[in-house]
Amino acid sequence: MKRFFKRAINDIKEYRFLTAITVVTIALSILIASAFALFFVNAGDLLTQWQKGIRMMVYLKPNTSEAARLDTKFRLQSIAGVQNAIYISKEEAMDRLKGQMPHHSALLENLKENPLPDAFEVTLQAAARDSAELQFLSERIQNLTAVEEVEYGQQWIQRFTNIINLFSIAGYGIGALFFMATVFIVANTIRLVLYSRRDEIEIMRLVGATDRFIKIPFYLEGMIQGGLGTLIGLAVLYVGYFSLSSHFQPSLASGLLTLRFFPATICLLIVVSGTLVGWLGCWISLKQFLK
Amino acid sequence: MIQTNSDAIIRLFHIHKRYGKNFALKDVTLDISKNEFLFVTGRSGAGKTTLLKLLYLGEPVSEGQVLIDGMNLSRIGRSRIPLLRRKFGIIFQDYKLIPTKTVYENVALVLEAAGRKPRLIDKKVRSVLRTVGMEDRMGALPQSLSGGEQQRVAVARAAVGDPKIILADEPTGSLDEEAAGVIMDYLDAFHARGTTVIVATHDKNLLQRSTSRVVHLRDGQLWSNESA
Repeated sequence: MKRFFKRAINDIKEYRFLTAITVVTIALSILIASAFALFFVNAGDLLTQWQKGIRMMVYLKPNTSEAARLDTKFRLQSIAGVQNAIYISKEEAMDRLKGQMPHHSALLENLKENPLPDAFEVTLQAAARDSAELQFLSERIQNLTAVEEVEYGQQWIQRFTNIINLFSIAGYGIGALFFMATVFIVANTIRLVLYSRRDEIEIMRLVGATDRFIKIPFYLEGMIQGGLGTLIGLAVLYVGYFSLSSHFQPSLASGLLTLRFFPATICLLIVVSGTLVGWLGCWISLKQFLK
Repeated sequence: MIQTNSDAIIRLFHIHKRYGKNFALKDVTLDISKNEFLFVTGRSGAGKTTLLKLLYLGEPVSEGQVLIDGMNLSRIGRSRIPLLRRKFGIIFQDYKLIPTKTVYENVALVLEAAGRKPRLIDKKVRSVLRTVGMEDRMGALPQSLSGGEQQRVAVARAAVGDPKIILADEPTGSLDEEAAGVIMDYLDAFHARGTTVIVATHDKNLLQRSTSRVVHLRDGQLWSNESA
């Protein structure tokens, strides 16, 4: 095996221009595909964070009695998925509104009657935070007799979830395209090397070399190129991530979101995948060339 | 008349080789004994190179049977072709040395391909290069050598694996008389050690210096089969 490695390294040195083209191509493909993947990882984190902050506002019908209000609270707290239900009277709601709109407080003062309804602010358990579960929960609450309306920003959550799903599908598609493109580029580059060395390969065969003896150094070259290209692609991505996150992290540090890079195991998996891409490219071109 | 020989290392039975509708070889039957030195002669295009190629499966036969050291070539699988070729040492008119490898590496390739150990490879390569007088040029690349030197390297490569048979296709075709004589001396020396040697040539001077058997090809047919 040491002999094959030596031959592979010698070949890489000898055909360094072709090797450089392959490595750069793999690096670019990995960079683009991994950048997409990193975006999805962080967008997924963002969605999870937002879902944690989801509150359901349950507005009560006008003139709901004290007894009906207490009954509603009890019923809300007994629904599976509800963590807590806090009563917010119309007066408290008006105070909050004034606090949020200090410049328009005079306008609010001039109102003859408080137009806001009494309400419950419902916090949810983690399992109840996805879009379908929220829809189901809101319909159950809506059926309570004292409830006028349930509001939780369903349209926004639904749209955001749809966008993430769309991006995920597009991401898988783009990832698959990049994978195929990289395999074919590696295959073609190796084919160029094979073509430029066809006399040498023919001589090897004439002196009794087996296909295995001829192929192994090429496989090693492909794997080295794949691994090296992937490492370079990931390194460039990390540099880009680092500069972006150090630039934007202070503005994101309000607690909502922390940007993160791939964990070490995923990085390792990407490097292994890139190495396999190199191997696969070699396999395709050798299969055709050594027929 | 075709002679047959039960001590044959190579046996050809009614061989035909066609390229499209054209025959390169027609109904060739020939036995070559172990440790024989055989000349195959004929004009350019007579079928000498084709005949040699059929022996190491450089080309498949169109019809007929070829037996090499007990192996029937029409029955061996692709995976056993390298084993067949290791029975041969082949010398080409155009040398076929790998231009990016040194003299040493070109010769060592045969033993590496056969999976020999590095220490043995080193010992044998140095020994055979010493035999052909190229020990001092081990690190040189082929393009820096003269034609005669390149052919000596090709002879070394053919002999390094201790093959049972050496095939030489016009080994002196592009060499001057002195260099050609040197190459033939090496082939005689390998023959003296027990190797079967087959030389395809149209050079009558080579035939005059030898008493070996000569087979003559004309238009793809075995025309005569005689001792020189």
